[in-house]
Amino acid sequence: MNLAVKINSNAVYGPSEDVVAREIEGEIIIVPLVAGIGDAEEDLFSLNETGRAFWRLLDGKRTLEAIFAELRKQYAAPKGGIEKDILGLAAELLKRRIIRETK
Amino acid sequence: MPKTLARKASGYVKKKDLNREPVWEGAGPLLTHLDIELTERCDNDCVHCCVNLPENDARAKKRELSSEQWQGILRQAADLGALSVRFTGGEPLLRDDFKELYLHARRLGLKVLLFTNARNITADLAALFVRIPPLERIEVTVYGMSSRSYEAVSRKPGSYKEFRNGVDLLLQNRIPFVVKGALLPANKNESAEFESWAATIPWMDKPPSYSMAFDLRGRRDSSRKNRLINSLRATSEEVLCTLNRRRGAYRKEMMQFCRKFIGPPGEKLFNCGAGHGGCVDAYGFLQPCLSLRAPKLSYDLKKVTLRDALARVFPKLKAISATDPAYLKRCARCFLKGLCEQCPAKSWSEHGTLDTPVEYLCLVAHGQALDLGLLAEGEKGWEVSDWRDRINRME
Repeated sequence: MNLAVKINSNAVYGPSEDVVAREIEGEIIIVPLVAGIGDAEEDLFSLNETGRAFWRLLDGKRTLEAIFAELRKQYAAPKGGIEKDILGLAAELLKRRIIRETK
Repeated sequence: MPKTLARKASGYVKKKDLNREPVWEGAGPLLTHLDIELTERCDNDCVHCCVNLPENDARAKKRELSSEQWQGILRQAADLGALSVRFTGGEPLLRDDFKELYLHARRLGLKVLLFTNARNITADLAALFVRIPPLERIEVTVYGMSSRSYEAVSRKPGSYKEFRNGVDLLLQNRIPFVVKGALLPANKNESAEFESWAATIPWMDKPPSYSMAFDLRGRRDSSRKNRLINSLRATSEEVLCTLNRRRGAYRKEMMQFCRKFIGPPGEKLFNCGAGHGGCVDAYGFLQPCLSLRAPKLSYDLKKVTLRDALARVFPKLKAISATDPAYLKRCARCFLKGLCEQCPAKSWSEHGTLDTPVEYLCLVAHGQALDLGLLAEGEKGWEVSDWRDRINRME
């Protein structure tokens, strides 16, 4: 697994083709399609509230900056808080190959 | 008022092991798992099998659902929230379209649990499992540790070699799998060898399980085969002997099990998980479980949707009560329920009813209870009133 990932807030990210993301009863469940996404063979992933909000905006067209702006409209957070959270989340998802840079 | 964007201390992304923790805090979706019996045909002809039809049974093959029909059912299962399906049979790898159906399920975001005899695991299929893993350990049933014992059970020359080749491919490709046994006269002296070998399989985190109280034919289609199955069932003493091989661990496990799960079931027949998931048979009929093939409890998914069957029909199972006087006198009041495998599916295959007691299961459960100190010699589980105290005294 690549541990060093670089997130660019001007880049566009989208769901990776290596996973299938499903929204079931309000939970987003990420099911690996190919090998090497999870640490064990049966691992699935779910997202916390931040993750769900981010995932719903992750359309492979918006830049991360545009997603920050959209989330700022929807959520109250201290200045810079959303950006910090989303950058952390995106890094984690990218590291796990759940998202990929599309442009 | 804008919502607050919360970050949990555990991180943004959480790994979920469905075997250990629920995904949903509440009730969750209508369906979380679906069993799919892709075919009743099998390339083995096992002496004890309650399902198998010949590999080349043209009538059965013609009746089986098409690829498109299976894909539609898989889609419905995913839409209802299922996270996993079990592909079983018969031998599911006999389907010409197995790879197609497997890929369809995985692309829908379903985990696939495969039950197989491993004879048809090819290099090509192994490569697919490496590239697109099933996300569940494959379960391989082992019928013997030599061609002589294996083929005495499978009744197919050459089947042992194919099974070993299949298992070798899984090992070479590091595809997670576990093995389980069927304890039969032809192989019962090989248990130690089987368990030693099983312990070398990297994904076996506990000793293999065995089937030994074999079910009669679920379709009630052959009294000749039923007589054979009946003759192969382990006696109560043999069951105890097998269970007590690791006596300390067995008794500890049973103490925990009994404290949690056993007790008189009452008159309602479906105290199990039947109706929460279900099983689709090879011809597209939804059954309450893999074993219960009673036509009056099966729903043709070519005519009704999976949602309708699950939401409107299956909940009615919970209301079905026993009427058989012997069941009401004995099973409904017997605290050994849980230890005893008596259930509508067993009654169906044995007697063609949902509630006639199965004497063999009663005998085995009473033998087990006697051994565990829950009963005295000659006592019956339905006659005991201080059963809670007895369970609490278990050591």
